[in-house]
Amino acid sequence: MHDMSANAAQHGAPTSFIRKHVFSTDHKVIGKQYYVLALFAAFVGMVLSWIMRIHLGWGSFAIPGLHFLSSTGAPGNVMTPEYYLQLLTMHGTIMVFFVLTTAPFAAFGNFFLPIQTGAEDMPFPHFNMMSFWVTFTAFLPIVASFFVSDGPSLGGWTQYAPLSAIGPVGGPGEGWGVILWATSICLFCIGQLLGSLNFITTTLDMRCKGMSLLRLPLSAWAWFITSIMGLTAFAVLMPACILLILDHVAGTSFFVASNLVINDQVLPHSGGSTLLWQHLFWFFGHPEVYIAIVPGMGIVSHVLITNMRKPMLSHRVLIYSMGSLAVLSYMVYGHHMFVSGMNPLSSLAFSFPTLVITIPSTIVVLMWLGSLYGSKLRINAASLFALGFISMFISGGVSGFFLAQPSIDIMLHATYFVVGHFHLVMGVAAMFGIFAGTYFWFPKMTGRMMNETLGKLHFWMSFVGAYCIFMPFHYLGIAGNVRRYQAFTDDYLIPLIPVHKFITIAALFTGLAQLIFLYNLIHSRFWGAHAPNDNPWEATSLEWSTATPPPHNNFGDKMPVVYHDPYQYSVEGASKDYIMQTSTENVHSPDEEK
Amino acid sequence: MATTVHEPPKIDLDRSPSQGSGNGGRRNLAPADGELRRVKDSSPPPASTGIWVGLAAITMTFAAFTSALIVRQGTAPLVHITLPPVLYLNSLVIVASSVTLEIARRRIAAFMGGPHDKTSAANPARWLYITLFLGLLFVAGQTFAWLQLKSEGFGLATNISYSFFYVLTVAHALHVFGGLGGLVRVIGKLHQSVLRRSTLDATSRYWHFMGVLWLYLLLLLWIKL
Repeated sequence: MHDMSANAAQHGAPTSFIRKHVFSTDHKVIGKQYYVLALFAAFVGMVLSWIMRIHLGWGSFAIPGLHFLSSTGAPGNVMTPEYYLQLLTMHGTIMVFFVLTTAPFAAFGNFFLPIQTGAEDMPFPHFNMMSFWVTFTAFLPIVASFFVSDGPSLGGWTQYAPLSAIGPVGGPGEGWGVILWATSICLFCIGQLLGSLNFITTTLDMRCKGMSLLRLPLSAWAWFITSIMGLTAFAVLMPACILLILDHVAGTSFFVASNLVINDQVLPHSGGSTLLWQHLFWFFGHPEVYIAIVPGMGIVSHVLITNMRKPMLSHRVLIYSMGSLAVLSYMVYGHHMFVSGMNPLSSLAFSFPTLVITIPSTIVVLMWLGSLYGSKLRINAASLFALGFISMFISGGVSGFFLAQPSIDIMLHATYFVVGHFHLVMGVAAMFGIFAGTYFWFPKMTGRMMNETLGKLHFWMSFVGAYCIFMPFHYLGIAGNVRRYQAFTDDYLIPLIPVHKFITIAALFTGLAQLIFLYNLIHSRFWGAHAPNDNPWEATSLEWSTATPPPHNNFGDKMPVVYHDPYQYSVEGASKDYIMQTSTENVHSPDEEK
Repeated sequence: MATTVHEPPKIDLDRSPSQGSGNGGRRNLAPADGELRRVKDSSPPPASTGIWVGLAAITMTFAAFTSALIVRQGTAPLVHITLPPVLYLNSLVIVASSVTLEIARRRIAAFMGGPHDKTSAANPARWLYITLFLGLLFVAGQTFAWLQLKSEGFGLATNISYSFFYVLTVAHALHVFGGLGGLVRVIGKLHQSVLRRSTLDATSRYWHFMGVLWLYLLLLLWIKL
């Protein structure tokens, strides 16, 4: 393949602390930086969810110290209805962008894509460094929005217009809060575009000798497909955010129609389209679901194969299915807008591909289940979380069948049913993918092992806890519990309050499990047992053929040459039950001998 | 902290290879003749691929702006505006800059490729400077158009049509600045004799794309506004 010495990877190993650990161009350092950012963001997002859940279960309960976060939003440590919506908006934004996109795609992809392709580094290492630091900078306005005078935006992570575009008249946080939100997301888009540029080019141009595209592991394929989605989706969200900012700071009216009256006040805007934001946002928003979940599919496949000691039923079908999901994800975005007043024919047009997209999803699931059937799976924290991913993906996916049909969606739209659906299929499943990747790759990233007992405890608590939280959401939704309500005062909602209390307890229990993970992660990083060798899981792909942790240029003096497909396990006639991609062991297959 | 590391698994000799079908277990191993499969020994430099990827992202961004314009038009008719005439002159300038850059690219490629004629050897950067000048002239022309509209009282927030006009033209101009930066970089590398062919080609493709993009935008604005 390409002579890498002439391109990326020309940068020598840095010596100064700043260049080595802060402004590093090494994809592995950048991957770790993304991971730490995602970890911090996840912690913030989780704490926000705890606060919200406590409020939903016991509305008058004073949460100690909450007024320090906002004296006006939480006077006497009890949050106002508006502040509930503000925290909800921040929870969604932080989780979707800075956790579900950042960890499985940017963090693990940065660290392992170049190694799995056999490259010394990304082709544009300075863009890669910028990618992280722009993303980090994007996080700052979100944090800052907690501390501006009227707090963060309350419009939800989807920031529907016209509420998001009319300024302070819309309520607390709808002025500076929205400007900071849109600035943050705009910067985030730039960061991810730079990252996607590197991912795509790495996959296409930087593969080592012998590494054909079909010899790439499924995780690498997942990152590659995701980067294509990222490139096209974030390139659409970015201009949408620019237009939103202009509506705030330049007096334009892209998203505000004429003669809009808010709080008895006629707004000066004229000529805009309210639905325009939804079109632009969901054209990004639905692929974003797959940007969050497809890397998890790749990671889970990679982890399962290693622990099953046999490949998937079909490598190609999994790749084609993930690719189909990516293509179809752009054709279904209108299903988020069934109740927007769109033409029923348009609803039908979006409903059909939404049902079609279940086909590749189902194929992927069947591939996993079919491959697992009869396998002697090694049970460890990584494989448990991989199984958990499949479980969550199925459970969340099934409710998608209902929501894909406009007639049913009209009933369930904006209820807890939808919240339960997307938290399972996109949130928890993606988080389980992150955990599976963490337990699996931790030895390679740090040279130390994570504690398996704590890992398994983490899994079972998370698995049970997540179901206890999100399955009742479906019941609440069917009972008519509208999402984003901060109190349940209507007659039909009062009987549902015990369910909310149960969910709150489950959320705190599940959160406790995440603290166990955090302890395990930090403790193992510094005091964990050293990895027994470079390949503790006896895996086949390139990341396990190099030193632990990998050297600056990934492979030391000798670049790898790939002779085998990625998942050669249980090969008849081989000396071991796995053949690494770099192995020169020549085993004749029965087919080829014919 | 206790750690669980599995013992190396024993090979199940009774296991049928058909259990491990797909890509592993029995397919795509080294062939019987010992000739290992390899992909081709060379691939395009990453800059060549990278520029196409970057252009795809820019295309999506302007497709989003276009969609916004079309969706907005579907809501209610847009206010008609008259485009400043200087835009048509600017169009000629950016097309001319593409021509001069292509001349520069070919001459520099010939210059880098070994034996070259005296004309190109004398000053291979000359056409790049001309392109740079034309690029700056284009941006100056766009600025003139904005100032002219502003002086007539038509600003960004005057009405939705002007909003789209300014957003599209300014977004394009910002991307042109990127191209100008690329040209300066190419000139600098050429003077230091460290210019790579792939860098020159990538910069050239970007610049040509800016020209095509402008013509598209002008047509869009002319038809829709």
